[in-house]
Order: sequence, then C-alpha cells, then structure tokens
Amino acid sequence: MISGKVWKFGDDINTDLMLPGAVMSKTEAEQARAVFAANRPGWIDQMKPGDVLVAGRNFGMGSNRPASRSLRNIGIGFLLAESINGLFFRNSVNFGFVAVECPGCFAAFEEGDTAELDLDRWKVVNPRTGATLAPPPVPDQLMSLMRGGGVYPMLERQGLIAPRA
Amino acid sequence: MGMNIAEKILAKAAGKPRVVPGEIAVVEVGTAVLTDMNFLPASWRQILKMHDPRKVVVVLDHLVPANEPLSAAAHTAARAFVKRFGIERFHDVGRDQGISHVVVADNAYALPGTVMVNPDSHTCGGGAFNCAARGVGLPETIFAVTTGKSWFRIGECIRYELQGKPRPGVSAKDVFLHIAGKWGAHVNQNVEYGGPGLANLSLNARRTLAIMGTELSAEFVIFEPDEAMLAYVRARNPAPFEPAAPDPDAVYKERRPLALDTIEPLVALPDTIVNNSVRVAEVAGQKIDQAFIGSCANGTLDDFAVAAKVVAGRRVAPGVRLIVTPGSQAIYRDALAAGYVAILAEAGAVVTSATCGACVGGHMGVLGPGEVCITASTRNFKGRMGDPSARIYMASPATVAASALAGRIASAAEFFAGDLA
Repeated sequence: MISGKVWKFGDDINTDLMLPGAVMSKTEAEQARAVFAANRPGWIDQMKPGDVLVAGRNFGMGSNRPASRSLRNIGIGFLLAESINGLFFRNSVNFGFVAVECPGCFAAFEEGDTAELDLDRWKVVNPRTGATLAPPPVPDQLMSLMRGGGVYPMLERQGLIAPRA
Repeated sequence: MGMNIAEKILAKAAGKPRVVPGEIAVVEVGTAVLTDMNFLPASWRQILKMHDPRKVVVVLDHLVPANEPLSAAAHTAARAFVKRFGIERFHDVGRDQGISHVVVADNAYALPGTVMVNPDSHTCGGGAFNCAARGVGLPETIFAVTTGKSWFRIGECIRYELQGKPRPGVSAKDVFLHIAGKWGAHVNQNVEYGGPGLANLSLNARRTLAIMGTELSAEFVIFEPDEAMLAYVRARNPAPFEPAAPDPDAVYKERRPLALDTIEPLVALPDTIVNNSVRVAEVAGQKIDQAFIGSCANGTLDDFAVAAKVVAGRRVAPGVRLIVTPGSQAIYRDALAAGYVAILAEAGAVVTSATCGACVGGHMGVLGPGEVCITASTRNFKGRMGDPSARIYMASPATVAASALAGRIASAAEFFAGDLA
C-alpha cells in the first residue's frame, strides 16, 4: 500500500502546464521546477516528495512531452484521476510513474486528505471519511513496467539502448 | 460481429483474426518517425541496435533552422544518428524540410492499413490516409525503433457519418470546433470518419480534421479510404499496402451523423479547446496583437489559398502581426508558384519557412506578457505560444486572416459571400 497527502487538480489538465515549452530543452532538474508554474504558481515549493495528485477528467491531455517524468522526478507518489489521456498514460507506464484511472476519486478526496492506494487489491481508501473505491486494474504487463522504472531500464538490459552517461 | 477500421488494422498488425475493445494488442509497427525534439540532450537515449532502418523516418521540424545552440546540437545528433544507421528518409533543414506530420502526408509515408508511431501527439493526422497513426511519446518510439513492435489498448469507437458539404468560408477547422464544442473529449476512444460527405472534403481538409483529433484526446483517428486518397498515395509511394474499410456489421460505441452544411464558423476561447467553442459573433471585436496561421493542422496549401483570398489587395491592421508558416517547404514552393506568398507579403503578413514554430511557442511568433493572439494552429493552452499571461483564441485560417485585417476578432463571411455553395 502506498499513501500520500492529496493535492487536487481539475479537468483537462494539459501537459503544457506540467512541462512548459520554455523549459523543453532544459535539464530534467530545470523542467521539474516548472511543474504547474502557470496554473498554480508556488505549488512546487509547497509540495513534498511522497505527496499525491487527485484530478478530474482527461488528466495529461495534449503534447507528448515527458510530463510524467517531471512528476516522477519531483517525487509525486501516484496520480488518481477520473480519466487519463492515453498518451500521458503510456508515457507514465514508460517513465515509471504510477498513474491510475479511478472513477469517483475527485469527489472522494479533499485537498490535504491522505489517499491510500493498494495496487495488489486495486483499492483506494480515504481514511478520513472511510470512502473506498475500486479502480479498474491496469494489466499486469503494463503494471510491471510502471512499477519497474519504465521501458528504458528494460531496453538497457536487452542491450538495445546505452545506459545514460 | 465485424470490426471497425482501427480494429481491422490493429488485428492485422497483431497477426490475429480479430481484436475487441479492452484488450491489449502487441503489433508490428510499419513506420516509426523521430523529430529534432527527441534528440535534445535532456530526452535522447542512444540506440545501439535498430530493428529495421527502412521503417524509420527522421524529420527536423520543431526548431528549424536552429534557434539556439541546444537545438543545433539536437540537429547535429540527429544527422549523426541517420548516418550511423543508414536511414534514407531523413528531412534536414533545406528542400525537404517540414513538420513531421506534413512531411508524412506530402510523401505518403503513412500507408493505408498500416501502423505508424511518432513521439509527437499530432501523429494521428496520418489517419487521413487510413493509417493507424498514433503519438506514443519518445520512450515508446525508441521501443518501436529497437524492437519493431508497440502495444495498443483497443478503444471503443465513435463513428462520424459525414453528410453534405461545408458552406463557403467554412473550413475543416470549423468542423473540428463544432465536434469539440458539441461532444467534448473522446478519451480512450477511437474516432472514425466516413460517409457520403467525405467526398466533399479535400485531402488537406481531412488532414486538418485528423490532426485535430489529438485535441479531442482520441486514440486513433481514421478516415475511410476512397479513390481520391488511394490515388494520392499511389502517386507518391511505391510501397504495397492494403487499405482497411469497416465491416458492414462493425461495432461502434456510437454513430453520430454530422451534416457539414449546417456548420458555421466558430472560435475556441482561450486556455482549453474542448467544450469551449463559440460563434464568431460572440467574440467579434476582441482586440488582437497577433494572428497566426500554420502548424501541422493549418499549414496546407488550402490554408494558404484561403488566407490569400481574404487579404488580397488589403493590409494587415496597424499594430497587428500576421504570421503565416507553411507545413513544409514543398507547400511553401507550391504557395509561391500559386502567387499566395506574394499576396500575403504584400498585405503585410510575415511568411516564414516551414516549422512548428509559433504553434509550440518555439520561435518566429512567440507571445509576450498579456498579448492576445488568434491562431489557426493546434492548441490554445495557457502558455502554449509563449508567456502564460497571453490569451490564445483558436479559429479557421479564414477567420484568423479576417481578424488580422480588422485588428480585432472578425467574421470572414464577407470574403466568401460571392462563392457558390
């Protein structure tokens, strides 16, 4: 079971907001500093590693930019959203960021609550209210990538790409 | 039970008799595309073994010619990469330059009935050519380039049954804004376009509609094949292919009739596209600083023709910048030959070389604090084209050109009043 303090975001949160074009060519560290700078200035200094995101519909819409990597790099424990954009979900699998579609999550949590996610039983709990949700399980083959650091470590092991210098 | 187009193409690429919504299909990738952004040091991972260089296309597009040393370094890395692996389909700065999705269309690299991947989200534009094309991000594209495979979760499909013909002055962009405004996002769903109205949409119009499917958050966006499209592909790519038509008993989550002749020009308000479309009259008069026509969605020759028709013999309003960026240098040459570039330049537009440019807030038209832009490109997101305090309205090239002349958001209707329906 993993748990963390909840930050709430609404519907249609796009990847430009998580990784602005202005830092696209910058280092991962500089990209991480810019997460949600346009829509929630100062948030990056308030959040702490291990905190989690609870969001509305179509989280991660838009560009393929590696926004999942930035969320992973700043230490977000996991994302729960009413629905997740397909390309953002794929990047989350491939960058090893835990992103779970969980209908009902937006109403079940308030900002500052603790969210608990049990990936073995596919159960989400709000200990403050006792609310329990059952997100549809992510298939095993994708889950093992998502929890195993993503696709690059696998390709490195297979000798298909070089380890990062 | 039969299959729709996406299911047919993915089943074939997976070597299976059929696939159904919900399952994950592991497929052979027909073509994989990489762009200059992928070679930025912050993103690129060095590939040691490649599955098949003949299936790989490399296009420098987002920041061409280079706007800073980092993008120049990315271009250098891409050149070394294509040399090392002997990749023949390489589009460097110069004659063959263009936005990857436009280059793919110009050269018919997106073959009917096949699977194409590219990191970039607007890859579904290849669906205009009956290709299951999808933006998959860089890690997945590197997976595809090294292993020859990818996976897709089969989504449910919404079919749009096109009927009639758009009225004069109404473009594919307006058709998209109508869909986005009426039905909103299509998360985890495929979109299929077909029906008798298809014959009334040019291939360029279909490309606009297919590209903008990304902004519906659709998975695959695929058009039914017709003879006009097949003849276009055959004339440009000698590779064999087998187009995929839907089975008569194909299963759809929903079939939506779409009467093209009832659609009117629309504008998406700033910051988000879906559920955000209004009639031009509702925002007419809004003062603008910049007008932009370009991107993989609206940098076609059709878009140049419309913009030139609107501004011919007129002048861009004082204090307003009209920037027009072709999707490829091939389109630029066609626009020169047709006289469109001269008309636009005479009116005061700046016609740039082909690049993603201002659409991605990269260069050649970045917005400053508090500025207002009306754009015919792919996105109106906060901060997309520059400073986060800039406001971006989205409309058709005709509406954007008419607004550039007025200095305010304005209807283009008067420029099409004499056209036959």
